[in-house]
Amino acid sequence: MLTAILALGILAALFGLLLGYTAIRFRVEGDPVANQINAILPQTQCGQCGFAGCRPYAEAIAAGEAEINQCPPGGEAGIRALADLLGRDFKPLNEEHGEHKEKMIAVIDEQVCIGCTLCIQACPVDAILGAAKHMHTVIEAECTGCELCVPPCPVDCIDMVPLHQDVSTWKWPSPDEVATARK
Amino acid sequence: MGKAPHHLHRFHGGLHLPANKTLSSGSPIRALPIPARLVIPLSQHIGTAADVMVKVGEPVLRGQMIARAQGYVSVPIHASSSGTVVDITDHLIPHPSGLSAPCIIIETDGKDTAVDDTLSADHTQLDPSELRNRIRQAGIVGLGGAGFPSFIKLNPGTNRPIATLLINGAECEPYISCDDRLMRERAADVIGGAAILKHALNATECVIAVEDNKPEAIQALRDAIAQRSVSDFAVVVIPTLYPTGGEKQLIQVVTGREVPSQGLPADVGVICHNPGTAAAVHRVFALGEPLISRIITVTGTGVREPGNVEVRVGTPMADVIAACGGYTDRAQRLLMGGPMMGFAVGNDATPVIKTTNCLLVAGGNELPLPQAPLPCIRCGACVDVCPAKLLPQQLYWYAHAKDFDKVQDYSLFDCIECGCCAYVCPSHLPLVQYYRFAKTEIWNQEREREKADIARQRHEYRLFRLEREKDERAARLQQKQAALKTAKGETTAEDPKKAAIQAALERAKAKKASAGVMPKNTDNLTEAQQQAITNADERRRNRDSSTATRSEDA
Repeated sequence: MLTAILALGILAALFGLLLGYTAIRFRVEGDPVANQINAILPQTQCGQCGFAGCRPYAEAIAAGEAEINQCPPGGEAGIRALADLLGRDFKPLNEEHGEHKEKMIAVIDEQVCIGCTLCIQACPVDAILGAAKHMHTVIEAECTGCELCVPPCPVDCIDMVPLHQDVSTWKWPSPDEVATARK
Repeated sequence: MGKAPHHLHRFHGGLHLPANKTLSSGSPIRALPIPARLVIPLSQHIGTAADVMVKVGEPVLRGQMIARAQGYVSVPIHASSSGTVVDITDHLIPHPSGLSAPCIIIETDGKDTAVDDTLSADHTQLDPSELRNRIRQAGIVGLGGAGFPSFIKLNPGTNRPIATLLINGAECEPYISCDDRLMRERAADVIGGAAILKHALNATECVIAVEDNKPEAIQALRDAIAQRSVSDFAVVVIPTLYPTGGEKQLIQVVTGREVPSQGLPADVGVICHNPGTAAAVHRVFALGEPLISRIITVTGTGVREPGNVEVRVGTPMADVIAACGGYTDRAQRLLMGGPMMGFAVGNDATPVIKTTNCLLVAGGNELPLPQAPLPCIRCGACVDVCPAKLLPQQLYWYAHAKDFDKVQDYSLFDCIECGCCAYVCPSHLPLVQYYRFAKTEIWNQEREREKADIARQRHEYRLFRLEREKDERAARLQQKQAALKTAKGETTAEDPKKAAIQAALERAKAKKASAGVMPKNTDNLTEAQQQAITNADERRRNRDSSTATRSEDA
């Protein structure tokens, strides 16, 4: 009787120590699920989902506080990828958060710009270059098209324009779309 | 020659297509006159577009470099004739998109003056790296149609020894006969170029594979080899079957080795080059001439005098057609490339580039127009003909459903877009279009993912920066407050001005207390002074009383 209790007690203590050690040794920093979700999100940082950027939204999804269909820039493909990752059912995009649009970029009308720096402060990826009372310009390659710089502009000199398409970024159209266009 | 006949192998699938080559292969190559205007695109190869080196208004000579290579996968561009640069602007280029891209436009002077030769050399005196460098400086790209910079293929790395240099003279696509004519008429150039390539690769043998429907070319090549009396060259006659000219397919036919999925020919010890590329390499070392012209098949029932022409790079297609007698009444569509892998060109102002091997002007009903697609019946005919051993119908389903992960699982990127599957499809499905759509979509997704990664980094750095700035501000404020506090403490103790004032005040107070408020000038008076004061007081009193009486009177 005593031997059994002793043996079990020692075993329990040993396994306890082992578990304690592994919990410290193999500790995972951050939330791996949130990281995976964040990798799928388009990183536009537009906040249309209702969160202050893509990572907070990813963390909210991981915590079960947000739906997977709140990201308009990610579109249907994004929702599908999230549904696949999380094993949830596909849902159409929630219209409350906006609709999926062709990717655009911001362009500052440099003749009108007064150099107020409000757009620079609004840009989530530091894609606007300029200084107080100096003309601002958008670094085209870095712009995510989030439109966050448009409302703060006091002189309304920022326009969203479709991306310039050249031979290197051109895509073959889907034959299905060609067929429907013909009809 | 004199060797045992080469043992040939077979690749999976393939098609016997009506060749239609006699339309253009009958007459010798004609050199086209130099056009009045050359439109030379900066991107005529796979890789980064070249970087402009000339300015508008600058005179240029034939063979002068007008745009330099940018990055590794890139080659320079040269002026195809002498003249003046009149514009550097976007112009239509031969591309399935029909989009424009930057071009250098040269108005020719008709003199065709050549630039100083810096390229020609005895190749046997140069080491492989110098050979590669010259081939790059001459702007040589694969002339079979893909336009991959040739110097890169000559540098397979030390861990992959190359046994065989394979000259791809299959020319399996219907209608096209430019390689056939080249091998017939300039066999010595092809062999000469192949010898240079072989030297650069340090390959043990050179095999020139030619389809059995080109007996004249085979004979000419054999004669040229005999003339040069080289032993490690062989012409191998292969059966005519589309697409034997595919690099991987040809390697399998000639060597029996299969290039692994997503692999390169160098992985099985083979490097493939087109006979046109070999001839161009020969011209670099023999004549010092960079790649400024090429041979093009102009064919189809839509053109009056089909044939093969030698054209300067940058010649507008309209000029080429005009030199071949112009369009017939039947002319309907202009294609660059053959009927299987070519694409429609919307406007004949588009220039001929380094990779233009054929201009096909299709007459009415010559090429079947796309028919309305019917549902896939899963007959499997496409599987039987696929030379890459893929499952075209599965690729179709997944591309159709835009399931780009699955379509890659089925090795989409091993598809060579030969068009065999679509050719045999009883439902007339535009299969290759689906694959091209899926490929460009996947590339686009990759680009977007890369951009998203950069955006995430920038956003995270911005958040970090804002946080840091907040901390710095807080730290600065704290420092200031601390400084102020210590300054206050010091003031009460030591400020000399305030202390002096205080001391003076205290001294005055003490004096007042000890000496009263007596005016100083009344102390120690003499007798006479005291008398004077008394007299003065007496006078004031009298005057005061008299004034008082007068006021009473008034």
